[in-house]
Amino acid sequence: MGGVPRFWRSIDNRYRLIGTRCKNCGEVFFPPRVVCPNCRSDGEMEEVQLSGRGEVYTYSVVRVPPEGFEDKAPYVVAVVKLEEGPLVTAMIVDCEPGEIDVGTPVEAVFRRISEDGEDGVIYYSLEFRPVREG
Amino acid sequence: MLRRDVAIVGVGMTRFGELWERSFDDLFVEAGLEALEDAGMGGDEIEAMYVGNMSAGRFIDQEHVASLIADRSGLTPIPCTRVEAACASGGLAVRQAILAVASGMYDIVLAGGVEKMTDVTTEEATATLATASDQEWEAFHGITFPSLYAMIARRHMYEYGTTREHLALPPVKNHRNATKNPKAQFQFEITVEQVIESPLVADPLRLLDCSPVSDGAAAVIVCPLEMAKEFTDTPIVVRATAQASDSIALHDRDDITTLKATVEAAKTAYKQAGVEPEDVDVAEVHDCFSIAELVAVEDLGFVEKGEAGEAYHDGMFEIDSDYVAVNPSGGLKAKGHPVGASGVAQVVEIVEQLRGEAGKRQVDGAEIGLTHNVGGSGGTVVVHIFERAD
Ligand SMILES: [Zn+2]
Repeated sequence: MGGVPRFWRSIDNRYRLIGTRCKNCGEVFFPPRVVCPNCRSDGEMEEVQLSGRGEVYTYSVVRVPPEGFEDKAPYVVAVVKLEEGPLVTAMIVDCEPGEIDVGTPVEAVFRRISEDGEDGVIYYSLEFRPVREG
Repeated sequence: MLRRDVAIVGVGMTRFGELWERSFDDLFVEAGLEALEDAGMGGDEIEAMYVGNMSAGRFIDQEHVASLIADRSGLTPIPCTRVEAACASGGLAVRQAILAVASGMYDIVLAGGVEKMTDVTTEEATATLATASDQEWEAFHGITFPSLYAMIARRHMYEYGTTREHLALPPVKNHRNATKNPKAQFQFEITVEQVIESPLVADPLRLLDCSPVSDGAAAVIVCPLEMAKEFTDTPIVVRATAQASDSIALHDRDDITTLKATVEAAKTAYKQAGVEPEDVDVAEVHDCFSIAELVAVEDLGFVEKGEAGEAYHDGMFEIDSDYVAVNPSGGLKAKGHPVGASGVAQVVEIVEQLRGEAGKRQVDGAEIGLTHNVGGSGGTVVVHIFERAD
């Protein structure tokens, strides 16, 4: 998959769920941004740890997959609203398509997607799953 | 503002469809020659070309298509520039041509668009179209274009009570219009029931909510308005050219039920032209998916936010509506969507409508026309407003 080099560059943010917060206006961004789109040069960014909890803002079920995802279809994708505010796009796993709706509470999970040789880097993907009672 | 008035004096396009027997070069040359013939030109008059193309590199393994096109058209050594903004590439090529003439740099410029999409498999085409989304934060997670628009649809249904039946109405209208367009890919009617029962692609969107994979090309010739009568009795004047950008990823938008770039480009265009949305008689809008047309008529100001579904129910956007006819050509859904060519083909349709040459799909007394071309899920939007000049 062509996305591996750039995935590696952002693994720290993905794996540890680190976003950024603008000290000027307080908005939290994930994926992290270097420049605050509200404040531009007046803003200053700091790293912020996100909880990984949120709810489904909107979703779909992919039934005609792109190259590389043929064996996963059908799968649920969603825009998740994190409790700190930002929206993020990810797959929703460990669920049947019918279980997901706008507002369904979800939590982040990390899945190993590939390993680059014996001493290579292990790649993880950020996904979400429904929060289950108990 | 434009430093001098610009007009469109020639238009041409190929038939859109699965044109297995036609090459990329064939398509572009056919559209270009038709535009030249329409303007009564031989070709020597053309001083520069701008060509919209999204992804020849992935669809046919060919980059550097600007040179290829100048070469195959027999127009070297004039400058030819490729313009890319995903599915808005064509609209943007027209805009570059208009700006080049308005600036005084050139007098006669050809703007074209071309895409040859059917040489690859559905999975490859799906992956290529997904490169117009945020590769790192969307496509990496298995996002496809239908699923992005499906998520817009789901949220629109949640916030505004838009129904599954509402979603089916633009495709049904556009197929009906395409039966009157001899260059359309799908010249047959469909019913609401057929849309709702077609196979799911990305819930809630189904196959008949989606524009097809197509081959095709389109071209227009622009020149200063003061020269236009040398080439045509009915020049179509460019009243506004506007472009806006937004985040490439859907999740970075404040409101994903609105394409803010459409709102911004439209605001600029209406101001430039000195017209209001209700002055528009005919519009070609970017209906890559059923929900895209519902959102477009709201964001262009034809109806209030959230009210598109009911407006379609009332037939407000039909060819014979006394409100505004939307996608009389059949739109991307039924005319076809060769991505780099679509934005140019929209302009071809509006020019024919304003000239009164649109045949069975003619919008009665059309004087002001608008085109709306979207790249990706709304990261780029190009809006043009045209008026009959005589
Ligand atoms: Zn800020």
